[in-house]
Amino acid sequence: MIRNILVGVLAIALVGSAFWGYQEHKEKNAILINAENNYQRAFHDLSYQVDILHDKIGNTLAMNSRNSLSPALTDVWRITSEAQIDVGQLPLTLMPFNKTEEFLSDIGSFSYRTGVRDLEKDPLNDKEYARLQTLHKEAGEIQDELRKVQYLVIKNNLRWMDVETALASNDEKADNTIIDGFKTVEKKVEGYSETANQDPNFISGRQKEENFSNLKGKEITKKEAVAEAKRYANLSGSLKTRVEENGKGSDYGFYSVSLINPATKTEVNMDITKVGGYPIWYINNRKVDKSKIDLNSASNKAVAFLKDHDFDSLDLYESAQYGNIGMFNFVTSLNGVRIYPDSVKVKIALDNGSVVGFSADEFLKSNKAREIGKASKTIEQARAEINPKVKIMEERKALIENELGEEVLCYEFLGTIDSDTYRIFINANTVQEERVEKLKNAEPVYENLL
Amino acid sequence: MKGISSKSKLLLWLLCLSVSISLTFETTAQAFSGQVIQRGAVGDDVIELQARLQNIGYYNGKIDGAYGWGTYWALRNFQQDFGLPIDGLAGLGTRKKLVSASNFNGKFVHEQIAKGNDFTYYGGVDIDKQVKPRKGASGTPARQTTRKATATASNIPGGYSQNDIQLIANAVYGESRGEPYIGQVAVAAVILNRVESPSFPNSISGVIFEPRAFTAVADGQIWLTPNERAREAVIDAINGWDPTSNAIYYFNPDTATSGWIWSRPQIKKIGKHIFCK
Repeated sequence: MIRNILVGVLAIALVGSAFWGYQEHKEKNAILINAENNYQRAFHDLSYQVDILHDKIGNTLAMNSRNSLSPALTDVWRITSEAQIDVGQLPLTLMPFNKTEEFLSDIGSFSYRTGVRDLEKDPLNDKEYARLQTLHKEAGEIQDELRKVQYLVIKNNLRWMDVETALASNDEKADNTIIDGFKTVEKKVEGYSETANQDPNFISGRQKEENFSNLKGKEITKKEAVAEAKRYANLSGSLKTRVEENGKGSDYGFYSVSLINPATKTEVNMDITKVGGYPIWYINNRKVDKSKIDLNSASNKAVAFLKDHDFDSLDLYESAQYGNIGMFNFVTSLNGVRIYPDSVKVKIALDNGSVVGFSADEFLKSNKAREIGKASKTIEQARAEINPKVKIMEERKALIENELGEEVLCYEFLGTIDSDTYRIFINANTVQEERVEKLKNAEPVYENLL
Repeated sequence: MKGISSKSKLLLWLLCLSVSISLTFETTAQAFSGQVIQRGAVGDDVIELQARLQNIGYYNGKIDGAYGWGTYWALRNFQQDFGLPIDGLAGLGTRKKLVSASNFNGKFVHEQIAKGNDFTYYGGVDIDKQVKPRKGASGTPARQTTRKATATASNIPGGYSQNDIQLIANAVYGESRGEPYIGQVAVAAVILNRVESPSFPNSISGVIFEPRAFTAVADGQIWLTPNERAREAVIDAINGWDPTSNAIYYFNPDTATSGWIWSRPQIKKIGKHIFCK
């Protein structure tokens, strides 16, 4: 009797767990399929976008009328950006997609620059036309490779998830058609980038290698770095200090200093360049209490701090309060011209007005002895270029870095359209609109709106 | 008070009295604190500044307690018309002129803000006609009492929205909540460096949700609620602090499974993470 009951219970348990197991399995499969579909979509979409990209670039080659060329180039720009999004959705560590992405980025920046230019006044020159031709050829080759992979994926019913599982279990024997296919694509692109970079007319959107090459002075020692950090942090007494040199991968030499006050548990971190011992940035991690001082007195403290540390001739141009922190952005001002690339930021704690952060990163990278040229156009001529709908409120001269990474002298205008404020830079020599940006208004706190 | 005669004591007392009387006459319910209000400030003084400027028709924006561009131009126009130095700073002189030129019903304004109502504060119009109660306001009185009557807008670094910041803060918290503060700023900086880099997607969400890019995304830790510290770290990173010197990768040497990551040129180590190019 007991045996029968036991058998019955066990049988029910067996059936129950089998059913549960089956449910779990079904759920897992559903999720796997979902993930797989996302990858598949991104992948197929990518090859589709590259298809169109190839066609569209081909169209631009044939176009003669400037009116149609501009929209076509802008369209190419849009498609590259979509293709980039697709690449971004494919598994990253599976294989290096860097080259493919850089290739897309190159096409994107080229088509953007030429697309937004007034081609009536300034048509494509021979070099640019040749560049467009190579891009067309390269896009064609990538398209071929991608199509091959796509064909194999569809024919053999390959799944990205299998690739991932194979990779996770380090199983080398798995079918790696996808990986191999993409490696070929990468190799192809790698071949192009060499020649692309030799074109002097071609400026890629690639990040500039920034290495503080303008800095002067002798190399400092670890000990000097600590002393310098203490001076900036305004700390003395018994501190735990730690200094480390930069790793091999860095573009420039620096020391990372940390000062820990054992009594208060606060930590100050700072990076200092080896050459000349300039402070790159500094952060004090102490907790900031409720605000006691206002933004204006805090900004005066920031100015005083900069004066104390030999940052002269800086103009405060932006201030903002984030909770109990005041953030101040300064730029160099030279004979009344604002040098926007030279920016220094200071963070003031609004509880006692002490400096809790400082960053001269951009300043040290761009600051140098400058010869600011004369403006060949007057401010009236520049003003005439501005959209008549803009009501101009403020104007001054400024030096900015344009799309091509060159420093250009501009007239800066601050103006409003209805309740929005715009910052407009007009080149002081060509009266070209270098940059137009809508300035950010404070954003409503959504928590309060719901 | 030693050394002061009783006569001058009386005089002093009278002086104090007259000052306090004139103060109570001048301001109705709320008065500026002593601060010089400058662009970027938030808080009650800004609310009063905006309300007063709107009262005399200079400011047409929302009274939200955040001193932005709209308030700045309004104040400058006011300063111009009233023969004050045009600097966009509400110092003592400007505040005095403003107080004498405008009305400010602090109770009304703060009440509307606390209730979350849509309202304006123009002079010459019945104030009750300038209020649009927000939808469903009557249904949720409990929540309204808990809301603090202060600024309803906050400063956001240019180029990013609050949601972007939230998303990065989530990723930073999920990836590095056990790390020192500087390590959290570093993780946020890497995310921003990736957005800038041509080798990665061009959007915050693109970078964060790139498959297999961040372990916190893969294992769902990104959906933990980040603390205030992580948010601060993100704002620091957006404002230009980059402790990593332009790193675009980082890994924890104790748990990294991919051999490939070791081949990247290393820049420095912060906390448990090694940052590389």
